[in-house]
Amino acid sequence: MAGRKEDEVNQGAILRAFLPWGFFYFKEKIIMKSKKPASNSNLNRLALLGVVLLLLPARNAYAMHISEGILPLNWCVLWFAAAAPFVAYGLYRLKKISSTDLSFKPLVGLMAAMVFIISCMPIPVPTAGTCSHPCGTGMSAILLGPPISILITAAALLIQALFLSHGGLSTWGANIVSMGVMGSFAGYGTFKSLRTLRVNMAVAGFFAGLFADWATYLGTSIMLAAGIKGADPFMPIFIKIVISFIPTQLPLGILEGAMTAGVVVLLAKRRPDLLIKMRVIKAGEAAI
Amino acid sequence: MKALTAAGIFIVILFMLCNLSIAIADEEKWTGVDESVVQKIAKEHGREAHKPLINTDQGDLLLFVFLVAGSIGGFVAGYNWKILMGKPSKIEKGKTTG
Repeated sequence: MAGRKEDEVNQGAILRAFLPWGFFYFKEKIIMKSKKPASNSNLNRLALLGVVLLLLPARNAYAMHISEGILPLNWCVLWFAAAAPFVAYGLYRLKKISSTDLSFKPLVGLMAAMVFIISCMPIPVPTAGTCSHPCGTGMSAILLGPPISILITAAALLIQALFLSHGGLSTWGANIVSMGVMGSFAGYGTFKSLRTLRVNMAVAGFFAGLFADWATYLGTSIMLAAGIKGADPFMPIFIKIVISFIPTQLPLGILEGAMTAGVVVLLAKRRPDLLIKMRVIKAGEAAI
Repeated sequence: MKALTAAGIFIVILFMLCNLSIAIADEEKWTGVDESVVQKIAKEHGREAHKPLINTDQGDLLLFVFLVAGSIGGFVAGYNWKILMGKPSKIEKGKTTG
């Protein structure tokens, strides 16, 4: 977040935003699914979750995209030009699929909201003493394909740059390329490759999330090193940035991997038809 | 599977709470990697971050904006999740069963 020592973002507030989602999930699980009055233990769990989220203390948190003004203008233009075709193709794909399949829209809505929330949710990493955020692009790329994943990432980044002082408008293109393009393709490529090798869906999802996260920060390192190096050689600055990211992004990538695996497996269990339609799994693989 | 999902959610929440509790104990730490890595290294090479075009990073205004954005995001996610995972209505059931 630009030009400020203490970035004040209410982490408790962001976490509280998950409450409606948690409510819907548990409501369905407990009340609708069971067809009987919710047991005390389940209600207690629901109440505990609600209380924990509501009582989370407000505290300062921090954001991580490339901030406004960090990259020189020529590099900003270059990354805009690099991102534009991907965003345009994503828009084309979204229109094409949405016109023929209405059931696609809720999945896009869900993924867009998740990418937005996840990518502005700072998580403290005790091993590094710093904060960073997962990206969610591995998950969205697996479920929607890289072009639409890039599009929803671009939308999330634009809202964050405009209203949340998170990232920047001049660095929007660079952030789309690192988080959207590199994250989505790394996650999608990893998942498809591992599934081709008949690796278990949960494991494939885990590594997809892991590599999507790491690819994003690798992309950020390349852009930052290229943009700020001036007359200095590229490699020493690039290596310095990558090494600086490692203590934070190494554990966070693992968390993102677990999160991606969880969502993919959950959807595969609950809505295999949707995943078959999106060509995430084949019809014969519905029962994992 | 249900137990696995519930355990996964629990572990993620626990992880975040543990991190938060540690973070609260030491207010001086926990800068974002934008500050500790991106802005720090950029500054060493003569590049500094500018204020955003719409500067919501003023006092508690940013808290409000994040709260609104997070709430809207949470409701959109919840609403779409319900559409995707909710049971079919009685009418739909009637159609499928003939």
